[in-house]
Amino acid sequence: MIALIFRRVAGLIVTLLLVSAILFAVMDLLPGDPASVILGTSASPDTLAALQKEMGLDRPLVVRYVAWLGGVLQGDLGRSYTYGVPVAGLIAERLAVTVPLALMAVVLSIALAIPLGVQAARHQNGAWDVFSGLFSHVSIAVPAFWVGLLLIILFSTTLGWLPAGGFPGWDVGVADGLKALFLPAVALALPQAGVLMRVTRSAVLEVMNEDFVRTARAKGLSEQTALWRHAVPNALIPVVTMLGLQFTFLIAGAVLVENVFNLPGLGRLAFQALSQRDVVVMQDVVLFFSGLVILMNFLVDLAYLVIDPRLRAGVR
Amino acid sequence: MSFLLRRPIFSIGLVITLTLVAIALVSLVWTPLPPTKMQIVHRLKPPMAQGLLGTDQFGRDVASMLMVGAWNSLSTSLLAVAIGATLGTGVGVIVAAIRGLTESVVMRICDIIFAVPPILSAMLLGAFIGSGRFTAIIAIAVFMVPVFARLTLGAAQQIWTRDYVTAAIGMGRNRAKITIVHVLPNIANQIIVQVTIQLGLAILTEAGLSFLGLGMPPPAPTWGRMLSDAQTFLGQAPWLALLPGLAIALAVMGLNMLGDGLRDLLDPRDQS
Repeated sequence: MIALIFRRVAGLIVTLLLVSAILFAVMDLLPGDPASVILGTSASPDTLAALQKEMGLDRPLVVRYVAWLGGVLQGDLGRSYTYGVPVAGLIAERLAVTVPLALMAVVLSIALAIPLGVQAARHQNGAWDVFSGLFSHVSIAVPAFWVGLLLIILFSTTLGWLPAGGFPGWDVGVADGLKALFLPAVALALPQAGVLMRVTRSAVLEVMNEDFVRTARAKGLSEQTALWRHAVPNALIPVVTMLGLQFTFLIAGAVLVENVFNLPGLGRLAFQALSQRDVVVMQDVVLFFSGLVILMNFLVDLAYLVIDPRLRAGVR
Repeated sequence: MSFLLRRPIFSIGLVITLTLVAIALVSLVWTPLPPTKMQIVHRLKPPMAQGLLGTDQFGRDVASMLMVGAWNSLSTSLLAVAIGATLGTGVGVIVAAIRGLTESVVMRICDIIFAVPPILSAMLLGAFIGSGRFTAIIAIAVFMVPVFARLTLGAAQQIWTRDYVTAAIGMGRNRAKITIVHVLPNIANQIIVQVTIQLGLAILTEAGLSFLGLGMPPPAPTWGRMLSDAQTFLGQAPWLALLPGLAIALAVMGLNMLGDGLRDLLDPRDQS
């Protein structure tokens, strides 16, 4: 078990190093280096050369990569040109919005998808199943940012129940913060819920036909107990896998939804960095997000071992 | 007819998709009004009051903009998926034929590419080479490559274990020839299904990119930018936010249903 986890961690480190190297190389290959982006097209060659030297851009690629990686490992992600502050601090600040938003969305989507999926599987081809099938088809197809707009029209401009956007900050009060994040989280959760529901339904259907569920019924357990104690836990693996796979889309959705609701999160930071051509921030945010996706996939792998004891013995 | 009635998902998907393609094609030769024509006196009119679907903040005809938007969205997504599917499938079948170390290296790289959401790679590209249709296509296509590479590799590996392939190897056929004669024709169905489903995803992504201003530049109408413009008028003109989103959702739903239907149709083993 320990050796297995150790191997997985080694794989994770190699992957993260590769990501950083590829990202660094791609940034280098793209036309226009950070210095010329900062100075614009009108700069004289001398000024450009001076800034390139100051930023260390005249050194060979490998040297720059090692220096940059050394900085990243010590938490030094470089300075933002537009904000004039270290990027690490900026990212940490914005995470206070993005992380609670993503967590709320995941919790909401699970709370919606698992009961719906289980019920659909129990009453296969019944009215409930047809309804949830329709729900999943629709929710997978709607863009999260459009759901956000619809929620604003309904709950803010029409009913006036919830704020249309903006974030008061956590120091104003947790309740106000959560209130500001609620509509964006629903917008993010809905498309996720459709996918999760579908996976839950088919996984539960498959498990319900297994011998151990039949045994559970035969020994006199009620249908509900057989379902929730024996079938659902065994159906969780594909659900967790999907949750991990969907993480990339959750992040992409967050970038858009944060912009719809004007939330000062990481996605909004990336968008502002783009319009200001702040390439250092851009590079760091992309590195951070991709690192997060890879870490998430790693955690999903570990979660298998927790959910399914058979795998612990099997893969050793 | 009874063939279609027995497959409702496939039929609904087919009808929606064909309608969308027809609207996109018609927009090339005819729209009710030129989509860029501004009539400030008629600005922000609701549906039926001015034109079939109302007008936007510049008095442009929403129906015409949606029609041209269908073409812009569909053509961008189609190009992106075509590039991604061709490259991805190529990588997949080649790796399946070579195996060994190449396989693990290529798949590891695919994992990494897959970790960067297309919205972010488009932003990254946009910061350097500027945003526009080209950036959007490249960003979506790059994300599609690992999707198709993984699918093709898995499917091709199965074909390589079949007896007729073993027989072909025994007869001295080389691996390139086996890939073309045996592997590709036998995995074509799965690729077609995936292309349909990924087209839906590409339309969603393209909409997101043009919502952020990373798609086709104005004045070309795109569904995403229409939504982004509508944000300012949510209270006064909610239909401006409703209609383009509805168009996106319908298009994606149609393609997903068509993909699901095709899967059942082309792969009888999966039917339950």
